[in-house]
Amino acid sequence: MKPPAVDYIRPQSLAEAIELLARRSDEARVLAGGQSLTAMMNLRIASPGLLIDIARLPELAVASEDGAAVTLGACITHAAIEDGRVPDPSCGLMPRVAATLSHRAVRNRGTLGGSLALSDPAAEWPVVLTALDAEIVVRGPNGRRSLKCAGFTTGIFETRLNGDEIIESVRIPKLSGDARWGYLKLCRKAGEFANALAVAIIDAGGEDRRVVIGAANGAPLVLEETSRVLAGSTDNGMREAVTADLDRAADRHLDDYQRNLLTVAAMRAVQQALQ
Amino acid sequence: MTAIRLRINGAEVAEDVPARLSLADFLRERRNLTGTHLGCEHGVCGACTILVDGEPARSCLMLAVACDEREIETIEGFAGDRVMDVLRRNFHRHHALQCGYCTPAMLITARDLILRRRAGSEREIRDGLAGNICRCTGYTNIVTAIAAAVGEIGEGGA
Repeated sequence: MKPPAVDYIRPQSLAEAIELLARRSDEARVLAGGQSLTAMMNLRIASPGLLIDIARLPELAVASEDGAAVTLGACITHAAIEDGRVPDPSCGLMPRVAATLSHRAVRNRGTLGGSLALSDPAAEWPVVLTALDAEIVVRGPNGRRSLKCAGFTTGIFETRLNGDEIIESVRIPKLSGDARWGYLKLCRKAGEFANALAVAIIDAGGEDRRVVIGAANGAPLVLEETSRVLAGSTDNGMREAVTADLDRAADRHLDDYQRNLLTVAAMRAVQQALQ
Repeated sequence: MTAIRLRINGAEVAEDVPARLSLADFLRERRNLTGTHLGCEHGVCGACTILVDGEPARSCLMLAVACDEREIETIEGFAGDRVMDVLRRNFHRHHALQCGYCTPAMLITARDLILRRRAGSEREIRDGLAGNICRCTGYTNIVTAIAAAVGEIGEGGA
């Protein structure tokens, strides 16, 4: 279908965008890559009164790095991460993830910040950036604040971003050179949304261990028990740990098929990381 | 209405557009560039794929108003492009189309895969085409044609 009538403004700075958003936050939507928002407008699921186009704001396209972390502007595209056009804090994990995210024509426009702001339960970045212990820097009329990516997504398409705030950047701590990771996305065709998603990271000589799953009926789910036991565990021990973690997430109402897919994804991601 | 100024297939264009007008409808209805096809209108079928600033994009998922100062290329705009010439010849030779509806976007996507060196194997070509649906299901000949084009370009250099 065609999108409904809408107003459109392309501000020249982030400050101007925030001012506009604050004035019309009840009816305005922030347009970055538009790869979900425009589709939702075409389907008449979304009908904002005003689009505030931030896609080409130079301050949101900046990538920088210091000794401890890489900071990526919110409007950096998936394709830029895939191609290594921005610094990689993750020993190859983020470029690998980006390459599996939708199709190239979508990756050329879709943005890191847009993916986080929408927080589709099957989206890759909320899961991967939770595993990487990233922080999301948001800006609103009262200035900046920084939120841990773990906990930023609170549910299905729900986040802690206020209606008058815009994601400015994501600060991602660097993995050490000897970090190991595993990533598994289960879907039936290249580029589809995941039926199950898992990331495992082992760093600091095995001290730092995180296993996170996605496409799990809600926010990214940190598998605490699995992360705790993963180094010295047998396959059976690992399966029991994943089962225990999924049992604790009873509020997700995962059916047997989803539980099976998520268990397979988590175990394979861990095995990849341990190899 | 908002005034936009952009380049389409190398030519300067200036028009007033309503904000809700998609880039695809702008190209088809206002510029008569009907080689850009619309299938699903929500980013799934890939039939409307064009180049925005040199990179493939879904023209159904972009608003014309957001393309102010951008450079657009549609299937009508590749005259003299060596990779596109080789692809067209091989699509013809290997009968890589049936109804032809998906073909313009298949060609644009294939050209991008070749230029980014992501068409080195059948697996790579099939993954790269996953975002372009052929409802005649004629994928076998499309993949064959792209592989043949890669071979031909490889011999002479891109």
